[in-house]
Amino acid sequence: MSTVAIIDSGGANIGSVHFALQRLGVEAQFTADPAVISAADRVILPGVGAAAAAMAHLQKHELVGCIRALKQPVLGICLGMQLLFDASDEGDVNCLGIIPGQLTLLPGGEHIRIPHMGWNSIRVHHDSALLDGLGHESWFYFVHSYFAPLGEHTLAGAVHGIEFSAIVQKGNFFGVQFHPERSAQPGARLLHNFLELPCN
Amino acid sequence: MNVARRIIPCLDVRDGEVVKGIRFRNHRVMGGIIDLAGRYAAEGADELVFYDITASPEGRSVDAQWVADVARVIDIPFCVAGGIRSVEDARKVLNAGADKISINTPAVRDPALIDRLVDAFGSQCIVVGIDSVITNGDWTTRQMTGTPEAMQQTGYRTLDWIAEVIDRGAGEIVLNCMGSDGTRDGFDVAQLAAAREICGIPLIASGGAGTAQHFIDVFELADVDGALAATIFHNASLPIPNLKKSLAAAGIGVRPC
Repeated sequence: MSTVAIIDSGGANIGSVHFALQRLGVEAQFTADPAVISAADRVILPGVGAAAAAMAHLQKHELVGCIRALKQPVLGICLGMQLLFDASDEGDVNCLGIIPGQLTLLPGGEHIRIPHMGWNSIRVHHDSALLDGLGHESWFYFVHSYFAPLGEHTLAGAVHGIEFSAIVQKGNFFGVQFHPERSAQPGARLLHNFLELPCN
Repeated sequence: MNVARRIIPCLDVRDGEVVKGIRFRNHRVMGGIIDLAGRYAAEGADELVFYDITASPEGRSVDAQWVADVARVIDIPFCVAGGIRSVEDARKVLNAGADKISINTPAVRDPALIDRLVDAFGSQCIVVGIDSVITNGDWTTRQMTGTPEAMQQTGYRTLDWIAEVIDRGAGEIVLNCMGSDGTRDGFDVAQLAAAREICGIPLIASGGAGTAQHFIDVFELADVDGALAATIFHNASLPIPNLKKSLAAAGIGVRPC
């Protein structure tokens, strides 16, 4: 049985990721201990709240270098995905710098409310084992105000006024802007796919 | 495709059971929390709202245990309301697994609570519920609507209060139009459309759902982001898959069940 570490990124509502993995038969460890994180077969970086507060929490627990050095599959969820990028306009903060790009505020507009809150479908740009069994008809639950632009690391986009990165990958680092733990069957499938990725 | 319009069953919780009243009175037991939550998630509900209707009038906060029980079982987002008066109350509920918390009476009494919650957890999980009724030709707010004895007028014009809670950073508003609550005569489209005019954050309609046409009307005429209902879902008079088929046929973007 492979091990999964959920990084304590300081936000509330980390329990739902833990419960989603339990529904898939996996008992994850919730931890801010760099040794436990480095030793896990897979790592999840969840996140709820603001980018600056989460980065401050990771720095306080000396997790920035630890996360950047991980070689096993890593999945950032929501704010956890955003932290993988260079920087965020939310609190004007430098993030982990694993994936190039800057998070900016979604432009609102007529019929386009901010935060982007609710279910949306995805547009697949590149195939990936993470998307096995998922596609254009898969709906996921999003809650966010800042977005990652489309780029070479975009696996799938979603549209809320503009199209942005919904799923990204660079090497062993994956990120999803939505909440798979709250996205019914497609979310469970994505988490299942992550747990099936080969680990080093 | 942009974000789907949301269908949100609302579960009023009292003493661990789901209850429903007519115009906020005479509550009847509708079923167990976990049973109903699981049923709605399986049927294609987009989100659930749990109102602990006795927590606020009785001066206590939400019991975190049933929140954790719900979080363990269901795989769609849910919001918890009732009796959250402080950052610590909210933290307890969010840590138990709720995706959002909704405040109503405590926000009216202490509007800066909205700012403190947004600072602590971010706008995305802070919902403000507003109970509104027409008085002397204008919409005004009510608080402590869980029991008739405790109900009070709060003295805000509803539209002024909406502008203030947005300014303080709320991530979503649930506007419960009390004149139509429990009647099944349709949503208060006029009031919701007036709210929509000034509301750039997600707006959820509440009160009065009776038929699929009522949902079509409120999405088309008031442009709300979601619609909340209780009775018609609890008594299965309008199953969610049927409702979503009707909405899709009317050209309204919904998540397929």
